[in-house]
Parts: sequence; structure tokens; C-alpha cells
Amino acid sequence: MSRFWSIFIARNKEYYRDRASFGWNILFPFLIIIGFALIFQNGGQRPYKVAILTDQAIHTTIQNQVCSHELFSCIPYSDKNNAIDKLNHHKLDMVMENTPQPFKYWINTSSPKGILSEGLLTRKSMSKDDLNKHLIKQAIQSKPVYYIEWLFPGIISMGMMFSSLFGIGFSIVRYRQNGVLKRLKATPLSAFEYLCAQIISRLLMIVATNIILYIGCSWLLGFQCKGSLLHLLIFFTIGTISVISLGLIIAARTKTEELAHGLLNMITWPMMFLSEVWFSIEDAPQWIKNFALCLPLSHVTQGLRQIMNDGAHLLDLSSEIFYLSVLTLLFLCVGSFLFKWTQ
Amino acid sequence: MSVKNLVKNYGKIRAVDNISFSIEPGICFGLLGPNGAGKTSTIEIIEGITQPTSGEIFYNNAPRNRTFWERIGVQFQSTELFSFLTVRESLQTFMRLYRNQTSLDRLIQICSLEDIQHQDNRKISGGQKQRLMLAIALANNPDLIFLDEPTTGLDPQSRRHLWEIVEAIKRKGKTIVLTTHYMEEAQVLCDEIIIVDKGKIIAQGAPEDLISRKYAGQVIRLPQENISEHVRKILDSNQQFSWHLDSTRKFILIQSQTINDCIEMLMNNQVDLSRLAIRPHNLEDLFLQLTGKALRH
Repeated sequence: MSRFWSIFIARNKEYYRDRASFGWNILFPFLIIIGFALIFQNGGQRPYKVAILTDQAIHTTIQNQVCSHELFSCIPYSDKNNAIDKLNHHKLDMVMENTPQPFKYWINTSSPKGILSEGLLTRKSMSKDDLNKHLIKQAIQSKPVYYIEWLFPGIISMGMMFSSLFGIGFSIVRYRQNGVLKRLKATPLSAFEYLCAQIISRLLMIVATNIILYIGCSWLLGFQCKGSLLHLLIFFTIGTISVISLGLIIAARTKTEELAHGLLNMITWPMMFLSEVWFSIEDAPQWIKNFALCLPLSHVTQGLRQIMNDGAHLLDLSSEIFYLSVLTLLFLCVGSFLFKWTQ
Repeated sequence: MSVKNLVKNYGKIRAVDNISFSIEPGICFGLLGPNGAGKTSTIEIIEGITQPTSGEIFYNNAPRNRTFWERIGVQFQSTELFSFLTVRESLQTFMRLYRNQTSLDRLIQICSLEDIQHQDNRKISGGQKQRLMLAIALANNPDLIFLDEPTTGLDPQSRRHLWEIVEAIKRKGKTIVLTTHYMEEAQVLCDEIIIVDKGKIIAQGAPEDLISRKYAGQVIRLPQENISEHVRKILDSNQQFSWHLDSTRKFILIQSQTINDCIEMLMNNQVDLSRLAIRPHNLEDLFLQLTGKALRH
């Protein structure tokens, strides 16, 4: 236990004394959350950009309806060729002419956003009676989950993944390269003790920084966790241990920081995109969805969202917890087995 | 401690070629050899850092077990320490890895680290760092201490300071295994040496015994330019003399059992003796003769 503590204390001192790195670990996810909150919350950026060909005020009804819609952003253009060129290069989603009805509009038929803009425009041009003849709107009864509330668990998952994998991967590889591990090998310290100290120390740092991040973001953005904060903390800890353990496999034998960087990028980027951190993969091919389910980060993100957005209990996440625990055990066994002190 | 039939291959290269030796307790044992001779491979196998291809290592007449690492102290040629820790904290970190710990303040005093104990371990000089690494090697009050080229890269003052610390450790009855390519260091510190070349032991014994067994007489040193080709041929033809260039290649070292005859021959051949120096044979002469014959021409 004394050996474990010795390495644990030394690693913690390294973390918090490296002010630049420690500060960045907190600041980076914080900045992302704030940035996205500004862009996507009320009053933020509107997704569809429409050019209105006129240098005069907008006065047609349909144009007023389009421009007042929360999804459209209307930009006046006097040069038609310039607007069409931007439409062609996907900088605009639709161009509308400021003429009496029937007015003209242009879209880029190869642009999904252009096609969606056209759909919204068509809907706006139909009367409510016409619409109700064909469609019946059913609103969901539960309280809606705001985008930032959906995004936040993903962002903390992503931050945790980068911090776990790069933090543990790089430090072990660097210590192997500069001989610190070789020096430790000539002591009674076992690989298991060393790796446990690394995991717990990194875990402590990640949990501490994410608690600060959570408090800061909930205070600034005013969102709430629908589930228990204790359950959120426990589940986050389980998920973090699992991802750190994955980092041990990468660090187990890698000889250079360059190779570690490549391997870590190869793992982190697909995992980030497939774990629904940024967007849903509901429409992806089944094999991709199946593959995503193998990744620990998918389960972490999913579980965090269930606790924060849906108020899930830890027992509701028993399958995620079981899977993450099995992965942790597997990664730890493989990592310890492969681990080499020296190059 | 004893090593039996130790072999280490790196691919097709045999770094350690079936060597055996034993180390008596309480002595300073030197492992000498040119670069790439197999010294570090041998010492790292004994320390348990590298696995041997074959061979056996015994400590206290038994194969090494986990307690071996509780009993030894190691100073490597060049290793780093945990970043952002002071000298004192670095020592504490390593001390806590052992059951048997020495007094931290005493250790700091022995290795003259008092003035730098609160400095970041990355911001100390080369000599200070080697003293810190030596202090770490002593953190568990070990019976057996491995010092792998501890003074490489140090200035003469720092080197002599480290020798004094090693001498003090020796006086406490500790066993030291030292690798070095500084022959003066080995001659000052070691009670017994082995000289290794191409993975094999080529000489073994106490330094003075090895020197006296190999040489009788003295060494005459003269600037190379003072010795003409004619004189070199005379030296070559006379079995009483042998010569080689020193490591700087600026001086000729003539070994002679009959020093008067040698000086007479040089005077007869009008050799300028104004910069002549005479000294006894040392370990470097022996080392060069055994391993560095290429220097002669």
C-alpha cells in the first residue's frame, strides 16, 4: 500500500503542479460548452441562411413568415450573381427574390440544407387548413430536452475520453522513453501497483475537474440533472475507469510518443463520432451501430444522458455498468499482461 | 553474489558471452570494458532489468526472489525522475517504495544535497543530479549497490566529490558493483575488477595485482613528434621495450623494465628529453593493452 501511495502522491503532484496542463483540462470542455450554448441556445445562430435579393425592406407576407421563422436567417443581397454563386458553394441554403407573388426562389439541389429550406418554405406557403387535411401534429407531453442538456453529457464524456487516453497513454510512454519506468523496475514496485496508482490518480483528476466543470456550467447555463447527482458521479467514475484502462493497453508497450499519438488518435476520433457525443447515429447502417455499442464511450455517454436528461436510477443502467465493468477488467488484464517497463 | 554462464543475445548479436564471476561481500567490484563490451547488459541482467538468454544469478547462494529488490540500490547511467517534484520529494517517493527505509535527512547529508533539497529536480546541475540518483540508490539502506557509470559527463570536481561519497559508502561495509570506463576511477575505488570485451571476461583480479602481473618497470612518456621513425624501429626491434600512443595520440608511452637502458638508448639517438615524464604502470595501460590495440597504429 505504501508503494501505491508513493506513486499516487507523486503523480498527483505532477498533475496539479503542471499548471498549464491542469488549467487547460478544466478550461477546454468549459469553453466548448459555453461556445455551443451561445451558438445553439435561444437567440443563437439560425441553421438555414436565405438570401433576399433586394436592397429595400422585406414586405411580402411569405418573406415575412420565412424571415421571422426561428430556423431561417435572412440576409439581403443586391447582387443576384453573387448570391447564386454562394448558393452553389453551399454558403447559402436558398435565394429568394423580393417580388410580388408568385415570387421566385433558388436552391442547390445537391444541398440537403437547401432541400430542407425548400420544404420549410413550402410549408409556410400553405394555409393551416390545407396542412390539417393531410397531417395531424402530435406534440410530446414530456418536458423537452434542450440541446445543451443533451450535449453536456456528451461533452464531458468526450473530455473524459481525451483526458483518460492521452493523459495515461502519453505519461506512461514518456516515462518509458526517459527511463523513469526503468528506474522504478529496479525497486520492489510491481506493475500492478504502478498501474493502479496511475489509474486512481488520473481518475481523481478527471472527476475533480469534471465536478468543477459541472458546477460552473450548471450555474452559467442553468440546466439541471434530472437524476441523482450521486448516481451521476458513480456512473461517471465507472465509465472513466473503463476508458483509462483502455489507455493502458495503448501505453503497455508503445515505445515512442509519436506512435502513441497516432494510436490514440486512431481510437479517439472514431470513438468520439460513433458514441453520439455530437450527433445521433440512429440512421447509420446497423453494423456501425453494432460496432458503436462495443465502444465504452457509447455506454458512458448513453448512461450519463439517461441520468441527466431522463432521471434514470443506477439500477436502470445495470447493463451499461456491467458492460463497462467487464471491459475494465478485460483492459486491465490485457494491459497488465502486455505492460513493459523498458523499451 | 555470483553469476554463472551468463549469455545475452540481441537478435544475432551476442552481447554477453557465457561469463561467470562472483562478488565477495563488502568490496567494490569493477566491471570495466570499452563501449559496447557488454558491461551494461551484464549489470542490467543482474539488476533484473533485462532477462538473460541463459545463465544463472545467485544472491546469498540462492536464486533471486522478490526480496532481492528490497536489498539492492541502483544508479543507472541516465534516467529521469518524476517531473515537478523537488529533490527531497523525489527521494521521499523512492524511499516509500521500500520496507527498509533510511533517514531522509541523513541521506541528504551523506550525498550533500542540503542546499538543493527544495529545488525542482529538473533544475539541478549534472553533478547534483548524479548525487541525487546516488541518494535514491541508497534510499533503502541496501546491502548491494549497482553504480552504472555514475560519473560519466561530470566535471573533475563533481567526479571527485562522488568518489568521496562512494568511499564513505564502502567504509560502511556495503558491496558496490561499479561499471565505468574511467580507469582512474576504477583504480581508486575498486578492490576487484573484471575487464570485459566483446561479451567475454579478458582479465579478472585486484587492480594492483593485474598491473603487477602484466607489467614490471615504468612508463616513459614523450611527445610523439620527438620520436623519429628510426627510434620507433629500434623500440620495435628490442624485446625489452614496447610502446603505444596514449588516448590523446599526442604522446608515446614506452614501457620498459630497464628504465636506464631505455633512457640511454633515447639519448644516444639524440631524442629531446626535455618533456620526458616517468610514471608507474596503471590500469589504463593494462586496459589499452587488452582492449585497445588499434590505438597503437
